[in-house]
Parts: sequence; C-alpha cells; structure tokens
Amino acid sequence: MAETLPGTGGRGHGLDLAMRGIVKRFPGVLANDHVDFDVRRGEIHTLLGENGAGKSTLMKILYGLYRPDAGEIRIDGEPVQIDSPRRAIELGIGMIHQHFMLVPTLTVAENVALGLASPKGPLLDLAPVARRIEELSEAYGLRVDPGAMVWQLSVGEQQRVEIIKALYRDAELLALDEPTAVLTPQEVEDLFVTLRAMAAEGHSLIFISHKLHEVLDISDRITVLRNGRLVGTVSSADATKAGLARMMVGREVVLEQVRAPVEVGPPRLEIFDVRARGDRGTEAVRGVSLQVRAGEILAIAGVSGNGQRELAEVVAGLREATGGRVLIDGSDVTGADPGQRRALGLAYIPEERMRDGAIGQFTVAENLMLHDFDRPPFARHGFLDFAEIERHCRRLVADFDVKTPSLDTTMKSLSGGNIQKAILARELSANPKVLVASQPTRGVDIGATEYIHRRLLDQRARGTATLLISEDLDEILALADRIAVMYEGEVMDVVDRADADVGRLGLLMAGVRDSGT
Amino acid sequence: MGTLFPVAAVLAALVVGAVMLLLLGASPGEGFAAMIDGAFGGPRELADTVNKAVPLLLVGVGITIAFRANVINIGGEGQIVLGALTATALALALPDWPAVVLLPLGLAAGLVGGAVWGAVPGALKAYFGVNEILSTIMLNIVAVQGMNYLLRGPMIDPAEIESGSRIPQTMRLPPATDLPVLVPDTRLNLGAVIAVVAAVVVYVFLWRTTYGYRIRAVGLNPFASRYAGIDVKRSTVVALTLSGALCGLAGAILVFGSESHRMVTDGSTTGFTGSAGFNGIVAALFGGLHPIGTIPASFLFGALLVGANRLQRVTQVPSALVIALNGLVVVFVVSSAIWKRRLEQRAQLEAVQTGDQAAQTSLPGDVAPAAADPPGRDSGTDDG
Repeated sequence: MAETLPGTGGRGHGLDLAMRGIVKRFPGVLANDHVDFDVRRGEIHTLLGENGAGKSTLMKILYGLYRPDAGEIRIDGEPVQIDSPRRAIELGIGMIHQHFMLVPTLTVAENVALGLASPKGPLLDLAPVARRIEELSEAYGLRVDPGAMVWQLSVGEQQRVEIIKALYRDAELLALDEPTAVLTPQEVEDLFVTLRAMAAEGHSLIFISHKLHEVLDISDRITVLRNGRLVGTVSSADATKAGLARMMVGREVVLEQVRAPVEVGPPRLEIFDVRARGDRGTEAVRGVSLQVRAGEILAIAGVSGNGQRELAEVVAGLREATGGRVLIDGSDVTGADPGQRRALGLAYIPEERMRDGAIGQFTVAENLMLHDFDRPPFARHGFLDFAEIERHCRRLVADFDVKTPSLDTTMKSLSGGNIQKAILARELSANPKVLVASQPTRGVDIGATEYIHRRLLDQRARGTATLLISEDLDEILALADRIAVMYEGEVMDVVDRADADVGRLGLLMAGVRDSGT
Repeated sequence: MGTLFPVAAVLAALVVGAVMLLLLGASPGEGFAAMIDGAFGGPRELADTVNKAVPLLLVGVGITIAFRANVINIGGEGQIVLGALTATALALALPDWPAVVLLPLGLAAGLVGGAVWGAVPGALKAYFGVNEILSTIMLNIVAVQGMNYLLRGPMIDPAEIESGSRIPQTMRLPPATDLPVLVPDTRLNLGAVIAVVAAVVVYVFLWRTTYGYRIRAVGLNPFASRYAGIDVKRSTVVALTLSGALCGLAGAILVFGSESHRMVTDGSTTGFTGSAGFNGIVAALFGGLHPIGTIPASFLFGALLVGANRLQRVTQVPSALVIALNGLVVVFVVSSAIWKRRLEQRAQLEAVQTGDQAAQTSLPGDVAPAAADPPGRDSGTDDG
C-alpha cells in the first residue's frame, strides 16, 4: 500500500545499520573494495574521504541507486535488499542530497507532501501536513513556515525543508551529503543543534563532510575511506585533524601553512564603487570598493550567491561593470578585455574551472598555452612551435607538480586537483601583479589544497596582490591578511586577520552589522 | 571503436538497400556487383569516382573547419554556386590571359566567391545572433536564384539568344581554364590533386597554426577562449568564411573540370552541384571531422554515387532508389555518431558517479557528433 498522510512517527526511532564487504565496480574503477561501515542507533557517524574515495558510491548503494557487486546490508540484524530509493525509504532511510530536490514554486507543505498519497483520496488536504511540519519543527529546532514558497527560502531554510521531508517520511537513518557546504557558520551551528537533537531521539545519522573541525565537532565516530577502501573507523574523541588528514591522504599533510610577514607595497588592484548585474539581470554587485596592495591577500568571505562571483568576473574582464571603476597597477581597465588586463599583470583562477579556466578536450599542453600560444617563442609567423611549447610545458608541469600521463593527455581526464594545478601553473608562470583566485580549492583533494595554499602564499611573498574569493572560512583564515565580507552585493565590513573570528565573520555573512560601537 | 561505427553504418545501409532492391524485384547481388563495377571497374570508372569525390572532399574539409568552430554550415550548396559564378565571370572577362595566370586566378575567384557567401552568415551569427543553420539554408536559395537569373540573362551564351533556344548556360570558357587531364583517356584532372592538397593544408592549418588553435578553442569552449583573449566572434566569422571559401573552390573546379567547359543550370541547385554541398557534410562526419579522414570518406561516397548510376542502368530500378540509398547511409552514419556519443557519455557518467571529478565536464562546445575525440596534433596522419 502507498504511504499515507500524515506521517505517524513509524516504528519508533533509530535503527542499526551494518554494511559488510561492499564491492562496487565500474569500468576501470573499483569504487568500493570490500568496505565495512556501520551506524548505531542514536549515533552521528561521519564518512570521510577525498573525492573519488568511494563515499558517494557507498551512499548510493545504501539509498538503492546502485546495486553492490558483492556484500551485505543488514538493518537491525536483518539482511535487506535495497533495490530502489522507494525501498530505502520504506526501510526508514532518508537522504539529504547536496543539491536540494525541492520544487521552488510550491510551498513547504506542498513539497513535503509531494509524492505521498493523501488520506482524503483524490482531495488534497494540507492542514494535517502543516500541523505535522510544525510538530517536527518544534521537536528538532527546524524553524520553517509550512506556507512559505520554497523559492523565497534561504539555502539554510531549504535544507531544513529537506530534513523535514525525510523526517515526515519516518526516516530513522538520515544521510547528509556535505550539508554544511552552503551554510554560514551560524547556520552550521543551528544544523548541528538539530542533528544532536535527532541523535538524542535515537535517530542514526550519517554525516559527510571534508571540513575536519566540523567532523570532529559533530561526530561520535568517523570512518575514513581512501581509493575505495576502508582505512579505518575511529572514535571522534581519539581523533585529531592531522591524524584524520593522514588517514585520508595516506601521508603527512601540512594543514596550516606558515604565513610569514610580508612587507606590503603599493596598491595593485583598486576597485571603486563597482556595480554589476548577475546572470538573471538583477543587480548582483552594489557599489563595492576595495583595494589590494602588493604582497597582500584580501579575502572575500560570504555565502555563495552574494555577488562574489560577479565581482571576480568584473575584475577579470568577463562581466561588464554597470558602474564604478577597476584599476590594475594604476591603469583604468574598466572597459578593457581580458587580454588587455592580462598584459597589465592580471591572472585569474576562475570558480568554474572547466568552463572558464580550461578546455576539457584540449590536451594539457594546449591548455597550458591558452594565453601564450600566439606569442613568440611559441608561435612564429602564425605557426605553432611544438618543440618550444613542449619544453615550456614540461617545465610548468614539473614546477607545479601536475600529475599527468603526458602533455598530450586531454585535460578532462585529469583529477580536479591536477586540473587546478595546471591552471595555477599557467596563471602564475607570468608572476602576475594581481591575482584573482575564485574558490581555488573547491572540489580539490587535501594534498592539492595544501599545495595550492603554499603557492598562493609564495606568490604573496613575491609581491602579488591577491583577491581571494572563498566560501571556506578555514581557507580564508589560513591565507588572508584582510577579510572583506560580502552580503547581498555589498561589502559589510573589512576586518584585519588579527581581529577576525569565526563568530564575527559569520554574523557579517548573515548580513548583521556589528552592533557595538 | 572510432572507425568501426561508420563502417557498420555503411553495412547497415547496404543491408536495407538490399531489401529495397528485393522489394523492387531486382537481385541485390547483381545490383551491388554493378555498383562495384561502375565505381572501380577500370581506369575510367576510377577516374569518375575520383572526380565525383573531389567536390565532396573540398566541401567536407570546409565543413570540418566550421564544425571545429562549433558552427554548422549547411550552406555548401550556395557557396559552391557562388564560387562557380565568380570563377566563371572572371574567366569570361579575361579570355585572352595565359593558362598559368588565368587558371589559378579563376580558382582564386571561386575561393573568394564562396568566402563571401560564408562570411555573411558568419557575421550574422557572430554579431547579431542569427542561427547559422537557417541563414546558410536561406542563402542557398538566394544563390540558386541568382545563378538562374545570371545564366538566363547577363551571363548567357550569346549564341543561345541568336539561335533562339535560350538554354541557360554561359559560352564555352577560355580553354586556358580547362583543368589539365592527369591520366590520358580518362577524365581524371588536376582537381583531384588540388582537393587532396587542400585537405592537407586544412589539417596543418587546424592543428599547427595559431589561427587553427583559436578556431578549435572557440569551438570547444567559448568561455575559456574568451578569457584567454581570443576574439570569439571574429573566430566564428573566420571559420565560416574559410568553410565557404573551400566550397567556392569546389564550385570553380566543378566548372573548370566539366565536360562542357561552361556553367549550365537546370533551374535547381542540385542540377549544378549534384548535392555536393550536402553530401560533403556527410563525408566530413564520416571522416570524423578530420581533414585527412575526409579523404577516404569522400572517395567512398564518390564511389557510392558513381556506382549507383551503374546500378540504375543495369537493374533498371528507379533513380529514386539511388537517392534513397544515399540517404540511408547518411541516416546510419549520423545515428552511429549518436550511438558513439551515448556510449561515451555513459562511460563518462559512470566515471562521474564514482566520484571522480576528473571526468566531470559538460562543455557547451561538445556538439560535433563524430568529433567526440578530436585527434591530437600527433595522431592526424594515421587516421582514415
């Protein structure tokens, strides 16, 4: 029989999950190689690993999206076959995906009820749904208005709707895929309160993240995967950041780079009252003024979608400024194209690296030459000089530690970290005066992140003025000299690294200005 | 895997063709034997096949340039006609010039005529966002009507007016423009050499010059190209202009290499071009959108067309069957490209689902059906 409205709370909270010897093969890849993973009633268990470690595959098997090639899943000791998401839901498994599965033009209650049979047959009665949503909100601190349209909600609120949706369907085990990636620090705290309340009720929770301090904060136990294999399961109380990083990468990792003091020089990048429209035509950047000096890293913090990307594109020359001026090394480049800006010493590491930063079907060498292919010594009289190009690219690949089978390998077949290193090699090889780095380590593994951070600090020591745009506060705090917080297209405040703390930045990111004097 | 798909497509088309022959009461064995004999039976047949392949090859490599820039040029027909008209007009205007000057000049005139007919849709697309598929098709119609007007009026052979027969054709072009015959007793002429050289030149252009690099970069990813300082709009115009130029050259060779040594119209585009402007697209797709791969592909299609004439004569099947057979090959080739792409997408999807970000790309430039794996600069010569 179809499930009925409203949810009743099911069999009582919590379940014990045990996945044993899970194997999943894809052509050429062993995505899960005899992985054991278990979650107890009332436990928050983190699944930790780099991209490609096999976390997603394991979760998709749990949710019935993939069938394992070998292995067994037991729930409360009983072996189960999970052959579809529907079956997973019946078993009490819920999943919060990184990209929300909500219909923006429907209300919260409509979204929650979507796909479930109504108790009144063909007639839709949302009143009991709304009542139940309010109960769940109350019980777990999930503040949300059942009558609100989803498109009006913030990202954090949408996430709460997703959690309510799962709870409404009587999920007793809930897996959350990188739930904190899109949240402000305060929203993360709120989420953690909710998760702890759910665990206290007996719910079993799987938490996926790569932010180690969050993992240590919220988890009871942590399971680390690497290259599809189980590295180990540790109790959070016994774990350290360095230890977890070592388990993930398989070697020692320097998590915090040393930021040596650097003498700050003259302003290299000046932004005066810049305005710009977003992709939808609404004003995304509303009068931003910033100055970055030689040898300085100015970071822009903010929740995604508050105008940071548009600002970076205006500076790079990829988006038209509707107002204001941009100066690179004293020259007004407001109307200049990207090539002219680069000639003045600008380099850019774009947020969407496969769209703006690289050509996937081009070879590594062709990508490394993207800016210089028509300049001597790489081209003479319109013909490419392959010997010269190869010599140059070999040096870049070696200098920037790009791991590629050959220079003729297509860019898209490299890993995210190596693609980013190749872009970094191209952009930094000219020793730029100004560097705009947009989300330079997003989706990049820890090893490459460590390397990229080191390179950015090297560049700072060499006198580059860097505008760093990141949603990762840890990254910002590790690299920046000053931090500007953007909210709804405006700079809320610019604070020195020394005066910055997560709490204050978080408030600014949420649009709350300092109330003190 | 890459070359297996087109071959399978041709085989599939032949199987369906055989069924059609059976339905028409003809023997497929006899039919196909006639085709093979007609296309490869002797030096004359071979020469005819090559001559048929020449415009396909020139159009094909032209189309390849456009496709590599992510522009779809369906205007080969019109560009051929324009090239033929300009070449003819030049030859008629300078009847007394020596062959060493007039022949290259006439071919160059063909290049220019086609180039203009390519540049127009190129500029319309780049600067006004006009869909190039529509504009090139429209320009085909403009070209053929222009040809009909010119050959019935200003460019008509005066003898046709005197005799009152008024056949829409020019007078015989100066013999200086006749393409030299390469093998005696056949119709194999210099056009074949020009076409093969053009294919090699286009290969070198696309993979060894900065202009070719720009065009390929723009075709694969206009966003990254723009950030790299490449003028995306200009590259689009350049690609369509060159594409048109090669089609125009095909037009000039069609006239200079024709048996009557004059330009004739029957009122339709096909009457003059033999649909080379469309068949060349198929040859290009079949050749993996690679200039060198297009050489054997054009030869194959030339053989198919010439062989089909013999098939028609021997088995007395309607000529429509020949056209249908040709169409079948097109359908199968294009759908084999889609199959191939699907397989690749699936492989990519699986790689993505294992969490491997490396294979995670969704480039807007990935259009060219058979161009899913553009050959690198070192792998060009082993193609085909």
